[in-house]
Amino acid sequence: MDNKTKKELIIKHSPGSTILKNSILAFIIGGVVCSIGEGLLMLYSYLGADKKTAGTLVTISLIFIASFLTAIGVFDKIARYAGAGTLVPVTGFSNAVTSQAMDAKSEGCVLGVGSKIFTVAGPVILFGLLSGVIYGIIFYFWNMILPFIN
Amino acid sequence: MKRITKLETPISFISSAAVGGYEEKRGPLGNKFDFCDPSDKFGQKTWEIAEGEMGRVALNTALTKAKLSHEDIGLLVAGDLQNQCVASSTGLHSFGIPFVGVYGACSTCTESLMTLSAFMSTSADLTLGAAVTTSHNAAAERQFRTPIEYGGQRAKTAQWTSTAAGAFILGRTHGAVEICEYMPGRIIDGATADGSNMGGAMAFAAADTIINYFNESGESASNIDYIVTGDLGKVGSDVLKEILIKELPGVERLHTDCGLLLYDFSEQDAHSGASGCGTSASVLASHFIPLLNEGKIKNILFMSTGALMSPSSLLQGENIFGTAPLIRLKSTIGEKE
Repeated sequence: MDNKTKKELIIKHSPGSTILKNSILAFIIGGVVCSIGEGLLMLYSYLGADKKTAGTLVTISLIFIASFLTAIGVFDKIARYAGAGTLVPVTGFSNAVTSQAMDAKSEGCVLGVGSKIFTVAGPVILFGLLSGVIYGIIFYFWNMILPFIN
Repeated sequence: MKRITKLETPISFISSAAVGGYEEKRGPLGNKFDFCDPSDKFGQKTWEIAEGEMGRVALNTALTKAKLSHEDIGLLVAGDLQNQCVASSTGLHSFGIPFVGVYGACSTCTESLMTLSAFMSTSADLTLGAAVTTSHNAAAERQFRTPIEYGGQRAKTAQWTSTAAGAFILGRTHGAVEICEYMPGRIIDGATADGSNMGGAMAFAAADTIINYFNESGESASNIDYIVTGDLGKVGSDVLKEILIKELPGVERLHTDCGLLLYDFSEQDAHSGASGCGTSASVLASHFIPLLNEGKIKNILFMSTGALMSPSSLLQGENIFGTAPLIRLKSTIGEKE
């Protein structure tokens, strides 16, 4: 049996992901996460924070909540159903860092947690920064040529 | 080239023991396990040491059941899923038994029983030996996949690494359950680099072994009660069945898979089924050995299936290779002397 036939046989018997169900759940739970964020934004604004500070506080709060839920072993149970709903918001990033830190704890503070904490979240940090730099360069040159276009 | 070896010396199971964790206790075989720890930690600080401790408890239980001491055992063949088989060394060092470590990914259980019986059949002094196999869900997740508390969705084709151990004491004597033949598996290309579909990748190795066994031995399917594979899960079992229907029609009806027996699919989130070398080891010890012991089944072909790959090889896009060693077990209950 050649590899092409084998591959077809595997694909034939492999159930695909339930895309519709996953999308609906992600939409609802992702929406709930964002609504919590919006609620917090209103709360912080009400307590007197300006818009920018309130936004930062919301991010910090969501990171803390996701990290806390990860630590008590609840986050992964929600994420099993939520999928992208908890992965895409800042909660996913928080979970990736916290869960990795918890895992690496047994291997020590420096060479364990220190070197492994960004194993899962690393690509997000690297490529997030990189795309920021690229966007910055484009923005810089765009501003330079903008007067000539006008 | 002949691949099947018939054991001229009788090698029999003196005792066996199965140990598991939380999910294994909840599964259909939960009550048949000798010991389950719902915390999965087995009183240890780390998951890795917990896997070793699970193997120690399993071997200790098997020794107690056989009313034997570790000093009676001449050889220990053991393996697990961790790098350098470190769970076997941390867990089993205290017994002080001469040790041969084996690694065959999830095929380790059959591999260890095959190796041990081969050693025992050729050495008259080796009257008692032990085989231990362990796998731990958390230790495997850490090594091969994502952190334990990481929140992600698993593919429908993914399997759940069992937290389970099986220990067996073999004797160079006639007994109720005997190993009569063994056949090492070949390394077969699984044609996929998808680490979430190991069952599908291993199915071809299982098919290769089964087809070779029946062709070489000329054995009739009616003499076999079950062909037991290790952890093909739903996907792998379906692939195997389709191949067997084409190549050896009738044989596919004998097939059953430990990965489908360990968990309750309606209650447990097992996706395609159980995996990990502890799966076949614990299902053999808790389910099939007792059935053979009571004479309810007479002959089984037992083949743990291994997906040979590493996290690096997968990232580098290399295909998963499968292997499926086979041992034939028979029950002598009711046989005329």
